[in-house]
Amino acid sequence: MTTTAIADASAAREERLWRWLMLTPTGLLLALFSILPILNLFALSFLNVAWKDGRAEISAAGLSHYAALPSDNLFRAGLFNTIVFAIFAVLGQLVLGFVLALLTSRVRRGSVIFRTIFILPILIPGIVIGAIWKLMYNPDFGLINQMFGLVGLGPFDWLKSSDTALMSVIIVDIWHWMPFCFLLFLAGIESLPQDVYEAAELDGASWWQELIYVTLPMMMPTILVTAAFRIIVAFKVFDEVYLLTSGGPGTSTEVVSFTIYQRFFTEDRAGYGASMSVVVIFIVALMLVLALAARRRTGAAT
Amino acid sequence: MSTVSPRGAHWPVLLTLAVAALAVLVPVLWVVAGGFRTQISLLIGEFWFTPNLASFQEVLFSKTSEFLSNFRNSIIVAVVSTLLVLVAATLGAWSLHRMQVPAWLRHSLLGWTMLFNTIPPITLAGAWYTMFRTIGLDNTLTGLILAHATLNLPMALWLMAVFVSDVPVELEEAARIDGASTPLLLRKIVLPLVAPGLAATAVLCFVFSWNEFAVALTLTTSLTATVPVAIAKFAQDFEIQYTQMAASAALSIIPAVILLLVCQRYIVKGLTMGAVK
Repeated sequence: MTTTAIADASAAREERLWRWLMLTPTGLLLALFSILPILNLFALSFLNVAWKDGRAEISAAGLSHYAALPSDNLFRAGLFNTIVFAIFAVLGQLVLGFVLALLTSRVRRGSVIFRTIFILPILIPGIVIGAIWKLMYNPDFGLINQMFGLVGLGPFDWLKSSDTALMSVIIVDIWHWMPFCFLLFLAGIESLPQDVYEAAELDGASWWQELIYVTLPMMMPTILVTAAFRIIVAFKVFDEVYLLTSGGPGTSTEVVSFTIYQRFFTEDRAGYGASMSVVVIFIVALMLVLALAARRRTGAAT
Repeated sequence: MSTVSPRGAHWPVLLTLAVAALAVLVPVLWVVAGGFRTQISLLIGEFWFTPNLASFQEVLFSKTSEFLSNFRNSIIVAVVSTLLVLVAATLGAWSLHRMQVPAWLRHSLLGWTMLFNTIPPITLAGAWYTMFRTIGLDNTLTGLILAHATLNLPMALWLMAVFVSDVPVELEEAARIDGASTPLLLRKIVLPLVAPGLAATAVLCFVFSWNEFAVALTLTTSLTATVPVAIAKFAQDFEIQYTQMAASAALSIIPAVILLLVCQRYIVKGLTMGAVK
């Protein structure tokens, strides 16, 4: 009796030890490389850092970096373009992803082939997607202008004109991430309860009515959650802009991630770049909290 | 497995899907083909061309090209960071979900990973850069490996949480009663059961590390540059070598294409599950 009690106690102690030991790698990685950098950014945002002969010369900046942000044209353009970019890119991804998922779910044989093809862009490096579309949009030999040329239009320099540059980048992003929405929607549609469709069929519903009254309402929670998270993630856009337009012409494709990169690394203004990072992290966190709260409410309602 | 429509597909459905599939495939194939062209053939936009390997040879073996070393760097970073993530996420997920870690800790940890996962990586690149510079890890593969491991950890942790939760509690209890220690339990019971989930997580971590550009750009120099950084350099040159850019783009998507053909099931599973959480 006492020996098993002692054995139990030592086993419990050992399990407690293992519990913390196993959490250590995750805890260390997160603490050192996610929490610490953000604290570091926060501290840096109140400082001026100048590199002289490989040494950092640090002086206090107070709130001056934050005070300068609202009048920074690049940052303002970046925020504005990022919002326009996020809305239109995500809208395009959602509509195309949903239509293709709906159609693919109707294919009985060979749907795997379509799925394989549609997934491909997710797996290609963003920078390569930038390279692919830089060639596609090229005014001299790009495939897009060749096709416009067939009907006697163009050539247009899509990426160099401030009227079309942002739209061109949005199209690339839709091409890149539509597949992700497609996958989520396809999984959602395929897991919808079958009996509702049988009932609709019995009532003589057309496919259009089936879509409007059955599929769409049942898919709505998935669509909204996907939309919210895609919009937040759209703030990450960097690779394609870096390669396609570098924010130009002018500030027409300037997005916040790129502004931060320019201020922090190209111009070597670490303190100022850090303050920009802090603001963007705060905006993203705010959107995430709102999205989670909304999901909780819709989740409770359905 | 498609069970939604009993009516099956009509030709307009297949036609629309085929057009969409072409819209996805044509840009990729056109650029891959561009790698086999001569610069002149590409510039005059001729439709039929005689394929040649000059651009690939130039990219891979020319003295001025560092593509092979970039390729090696990418593989090292992707493989090591993936291994690191898998170890941390598997142990962490088991500990968080199966070993009575206090609820507040579990919630705040998972909440933090969720927030961290939505933050644009470039916002952190500056902080990583200054940190790594202080401890002498700037411009090293180690620094990039740690950064990539941290970036992929949230997704891996959620995925492994799902797979770990699927391990039947009864099995665990039975093993405990037989006196199995925690390491033995993990090795003999948990690991075999979560192996498919581990594979799905591994594939995604590898691909995302392989593809990552913004952080790699800021944390590496030419010696430690990964493939995406090298490709960006091609495109930024004053006189762009278009066919070499196309050839290097073609080479860089080889791992993705292989993974897509060999383990699509895992990719689909990982992507849909990771997003549901």
